[in-house]
Amino acid sequence: MASFKPTKIQVYPKLGEKVTQDTLYWKNYKAPVQIKEFGAVTSIDFSPVTPHNFAVTAFTRIHIYGPFSQEPVKSFTRFKDTAYCGRFRSDGQLLVAGCEDSVVRLFDVSGKVALRLFKGHTKAVHLTDFTSDRYQILTGSDDYTCRLWDIPNATELTTYREHTDYIRCGVTSKLNRDLFITGSYDHTVKLFDARVEKSVITMDHGQPVESVLLYPSEGLLVSAGGRHVKVWDLLKGGQPLVSLKNHHKTVTSLALSSNGQRLLSASLDRHVKVYSTTNYKVVHNFDYAASILSLALAPDDESIVVGMTNSILSIKHRKNQEDSKEIAGQQRRRPSYRVFVKGKNYVPKQDDYLVSKPVKEHLAKYDKQLRRFNVSKALDTALETWIRFRKPEITMAVIKELDRRGTLKNALAGRDERGLSQLLNFLIGNFVDARFTPVLVTAAEMILDIYQSIIGQSPLVDRQLLRLQDLVEKELDYQKELLEVLGMLDTMFASSLPRKEVPSPTVDHFPTCSLNTDS
Amino acid sequence: MVEHGDIRVVHCGGSKLNFRDPVITHDSRFLLCASGEAVKVFSTSTEECIHELRGHTGLVTGVLLRPSNHLQVYSSSLDGTVRLWDFTDGILIKTCVIGYPIYSFYASAKHENIFVFAERFQLVAVHLPQSGDQLVEARELSAVLSGVNPNPAAIAFGRGGEFIASVNDLQLEVYFFKKQKSYRFFLKEDNKKGGWNTFTCVACHPKDDCIATGHEDGKIRLWRNFNHKKEYTYSTLHWHHSAVSSLCFTPEGTNLLSGGVESVLIQWRYKQESERDFLPRLGAAITHITVSPDGSLFCTSHSDNKITIIQSCVKVSAVIQGLVKGDSIRTDLMMDPRSKALVLNGKPGHLQFYSLQRDKLLYNLDIVQQEYIHESGLQQFEVVKAAFDASGLWLATVEERHQKAAELELNLKLWAFDEQTQSFVLNTTISAPHDAQITAMSFRQTADSQTTLLVSTSKDGHFKAWQLAAPAHTEDYIQSVNCPSWLCDFVGAYHGLVPECCSFSADGSLLAVAFQEVVTVWSPATWELTFFFFSPPSISDLCFGRLSCSKYLLGTTASNLLCCWNLLTCSCKTSPCIKVLSTQNFFCDSLNRFISLFLSFLLSVFVFKPSEPRPLFSRKAVCSGKVTQAVFAPREEMLESCEESSQWLNRSQLYFLTQQMDLMTFTTKAEEDRLLASSKQLVIDDSVAMTPFYLLLGKHRQQQQEHRDSDSSLWAERTALPQTSASIKELLQTPAHVLPSTSYLCSMFVQSLLISVSDARSAHAEEEMESEKEEEDSEEEMESSRSKPELVAAATESDAPALTKAQARELRRVRKLDHSWLAGLLDS
Repeated sequence: MASFKPTKIQVYPKLGEKVTQDTLYWKNYKAPVQIKEFGAVTSIDFSPVTPHNFAVTAFTRIHIYGPFSQEPVKSFTRFKDTAYCGRFRSDGQLLVAGCEDSVVRLFDVSGKVALRLFKGHTKAVHLTDFTSDRYQILTGSDDYTCRLWDIPNATELTTYREHTDYIRCGVTSKLNRDLFITGSYDHTVKLFDARVEKSVITMDHGQPVESVLLYPSEGLLVSAGGRHVKVWDLLKGGQPLVSLKNHHKTVTSLALSSNGQRLLSASLDRHVKVYSTTNYKVVHNFDYAASILSLALAPDDESIVVGMTNSILSIKHRKNQEDSKEIAGQQRRRPSYRVFVKGKNYVPKQDDYLVSKPVKEHLAKYDKQLRRFNVSKALDTALETWIRFRKPEITMAVIKELDRRGTLKNALAGRDERGLSQLLNFLIGNFVDARFTPVLVTAAEMILDIYQSIIGQSPLVDRQLLRLQDLVEKELDYQKELLEVLGMLDTMFASSLPRKEVPSPTVDHFPTCSLNTDS
Repeated sequence: MVEHGDIRVVHCGGSKLNFRDPVITHDSRFLLCASGEAVKVFSTSTEECIHELRGHTGLVTGVLLRPSNHLQVYSSSLDGTVRLWDFTDGILIKTCVIGYPIYSFYASAKHENIFVFAERFQLVAVHLPQSGDQLVEARELSAVLSGVNPNPAAIAFGRGGEFIASVNDLQLEVYFFKKQKSYRFFLKEDNKKGGWNTFTCVACHPKDDCIATGHEDGKIRLWRNFNHKKEYTYSTLHWHHSAVSSLCFTPEGTNLLSGGVESVLIQWRYKQESERDFLPRLGAAITHITVSPDGSLFCTSHSDNKITIIQSCVKVSAVIQGLVKGDSIRTDLMMDPRSKALVLNGKPGHLQFYSLQRDKLLYNLDIVQQEYIHESGLQQFEVVKAAFDASGLWLATVEERHQKAAELELNLKLWAFDEQTQSFVLNTTISAPHDAQITAMSFRQTADSQTTLLVSTSKDGHFKAWQLAAPAHTEDYIQSVNCPSWLCDFVGAYHGLVPECCSFSADGSLLAVAFQEVVTVWSPATWELTFFFFSPPSISDLCFGRLSCSKYLLGTTASNLLCCWNLLTCSCKTSPCIKVLSTQNFFCDSLNRFISLFLSFLLSVFVFKPSEPRPLFSRKAVCSGKVTQAVFAPREEMLESCEESSQWLNRSQLYFLTQQMDLMTFTTKAEEDRLLASSKQLVIDDSVAMTPFYLLLGKHRQQQQEHRDSDSSLWAERTALPQTSASIKELLQTPAHVLPSTSYLCSMFVQSLLISVSDARSAHAEEEMESEKEEEDSEEEMESSRSKPELVAAATESDAPALTKAQARELRRVRKLDHSWLAGLLDS
């Protein structure tokens, strides 16, 4: 006597992204903490010293947040106008920020009032940074100049007037106190050496440059502007290495993951993309609610902080090992593992006589019903809310099995309003899924055949039937359009291919995902 | 053409087991069933075929135990004879010629006569003459009933043979022998609920006046009081949803067994019909049910050529499975390169592996892996194509299900051979690999077998190449699936024509795909079309030559041409092109270079060498009916035949399947003689079931025989003398209940038996003495208390319960004579 063979749940190819190490790594963040700021968040900077507070520049304020606080631990509010580019010094003691009113302010992180005011620019200052010797400040302004300032005296050291448009970004070298790079809206990125009067290298980005980033080795420079992210080799005199065009709106911010293996770019198209720095392929992608203006990663990727135009600051913290363990602990309220394996891992000794006991097979609920030929009940169990929403392939498998047994009609018939609406709900939810359509079409036809007499009796069912009709019509139109596109593509391919004696074959890698055109 | 007298067509097993209901002997140890032209005797415990009772020249249509002697059995056949056999020894005792083909026959203990169902729908009583002759002719025939259903289940004897019940169509006829009177009961054609009342089978209660009839609509009616024309009553039992195919009462009449298409055996309690026992999922529709005379075993035969032996506690104890022959062989006959078994589709959704050498089903591979619903008119998944790769490591199967309204459901499955379990394990399932039916599949046969490639052609106009892809990820991806799976590598088409067949060359460097009338040759390395041949009528079969003929590509066309293209000249040179009448199939030998060709209408077979236009061998009218499938099977050992005509049979054997699903083969005379000789040598002592213990004991018996033969010279001739060791003494003299566990003793005991060679030589002389001493020991022991030897003897006898009295006496005598056998036995 053969045992009952359980219904086979078909494994459908996952249409989404492939699960890679990167996916796992970048998905291992908690749900974001969202903080409402006073205006668009233009800049985020992490303090280089522990506890790695970060300064968030938004509107006329700079807030400093602790690594886990949701309230600012400190705020600088003494700006007359919109503040820009709050940056920490490498010792984390000082903070510099530019302002719309062209004054650059230097703050002590523990104080409240500005220590120094650097006046000299004539327009808004969007770029401020400390040089690596900690005694100078680099600023760049909308008056097309960038300047170096001496901190102790608050005096201007040098002025560079090479750019021909707003200077909106820049970075100082961490290794050399004299080198700094600025990016401007005149499409160029310039490398300056404070020891000489002029720029050393000029790179043409092609679009207004929004952000520049130096690799930790400082051999490579990344610039972002327009939809492009470009990587330049500084050691080869500013030779372009790669040009990445993965965003469909302006890229506003760049960041490197702490080990330098991954590059992150944030854009106005609401995405943050993660590139591998070895092959510059996108390995992961984050979605956000609004256009992103600023992006920063905590050291060791402990958190990802993103500032958006809708003045929301989103902070994602990495899940700790302890946290994940805690969650696992919560789930384990069932009998302990010991109970399940009790006696099962016993290895018989040499002299033992083994009495084998037939292993009791466990069937799923729907299989138990199917074994007893209770077709309606089997469908009921397969339509349970959890299965219906989380595992539609199980419901599909049961419907398919019932169809194979020729008893789908019996199973579908004789339902009350609630049962029918549940069924229709499932249909509406999964009807246009190409993987499920072939089976659901037969089921839908049967449902219409069975229940056509009760149309008009229940407003709920009527509404759902109308929705279903709508859905089918829409899908038909969609498929028609797709076929048209396919035709166009075919003609294009045919004309672009060289004429050969042998008709060139088309490669189809996904036979199971073929388009379905029937209603 | 030359007639080859020495090559003959013979049946080679795989015959039907479920043609008539099997018979279980009185001691429930043997099961007899009609199988083709022979009666097979199976052991109920080991499922082995013990011997075949051969002698009939026509299909055996019935097997019955002789009511007066339960060690003898009658068999009837279409050749018009009834034969009496001694089934324990397989000896034909008597042949009784009746003269008419017998379709079924019955016997009852109360009657001298046996009843045969012969021509013209008549039931005839035959008196078998009581003469001692081997061959007698039965003259006394008397018609009993006319208008009888040819189905053997439609007639049954009533209580003690007092009456006979026969059903036909809508009529139940009961004939009382004493009164010489028959009563007829009619049912209406249709009752109100729309059921069919047609009778299908009948069974009579052995102790009670009750007739059970099965009906087309699944009802079972129990008729009582039927010795009155008017006052008969019946009650109805209903569980089956389609026709009841078999009914049977247990010998005491306490239970009624019924079965049908649902493949569920139901045990109804007589007079408490609401209580039922079920034995579901027996595998295939039940065709016959029989019960052993002592009621301890039930036996059901199934439509898939299977006999299931069921204990009366409704538990399956044994399954005798023959070659499953469905309605059609959708997959061609194939050879498993690894086990050299014949592979074809058998049970629905299964692929069967059948050993031709042993005439035994090895196993069924479940391809569809779905619960089979036993219901007529239901479209099920069927295995339609299968292909092995050259090493037998991969198996590709295609299953399809075609419903009228819905789309075609296709699954391509790839199975990898698992060394550990010695069976195929599912590796990849590709649902909907093509849009239409798959017409052919072929694996690439490469010597290095590094990259495995499968090509499938389909009616949707494409052929696809599937490649075994290593897990397609570098260090970035997770090794979630570390076993390789199959992916589509290439999709090819040719002017929208439908590809019919495909074939890889022997070295795997070329792929030929026939698109109707165009044969395209591709190179699998680059997937470029290298060249193509054009032959006006469409190609129905393709294959490359092997070994020395590998430059030839052969094809048969729809207009009865066998074409052969030479690939070296690379042109459409159809060098040997033979005009033949309607080629049906042709099959290529995998080992040597021969091609056989079957012509359906001529019923002929031709064997060619691809390089020569003249056939090597031809034979007309090989069998009655068309040849549907054929396969070359490699031989286990090569034949040494020097004759040119039969040389093609040297290394392989050609098996073919006729329309009647008979498996046939060609043999040479020499081979047949050899086989016959070997079968004579192999006379199995089958009084005992073939258990391991029996083997042990059987050896001992042979030894014992030798001892007795040698008698006085026994001692001199003995080479292996019983070892007198402490362990033996311990084993034999210590009471059983104080002995340590057997497994503990055993290792010690075996170790004590292991002696070094030198030791054995030197100890030879004293062994004699010691064994004598032991002899005395045991003698004494026996005199004091006979308990131990008897215990051992009981143990030996327990497995052989049916020792005759003579044997028992012999055994006792032997026991008195010689007790060293025990040690000898242990020694062996």
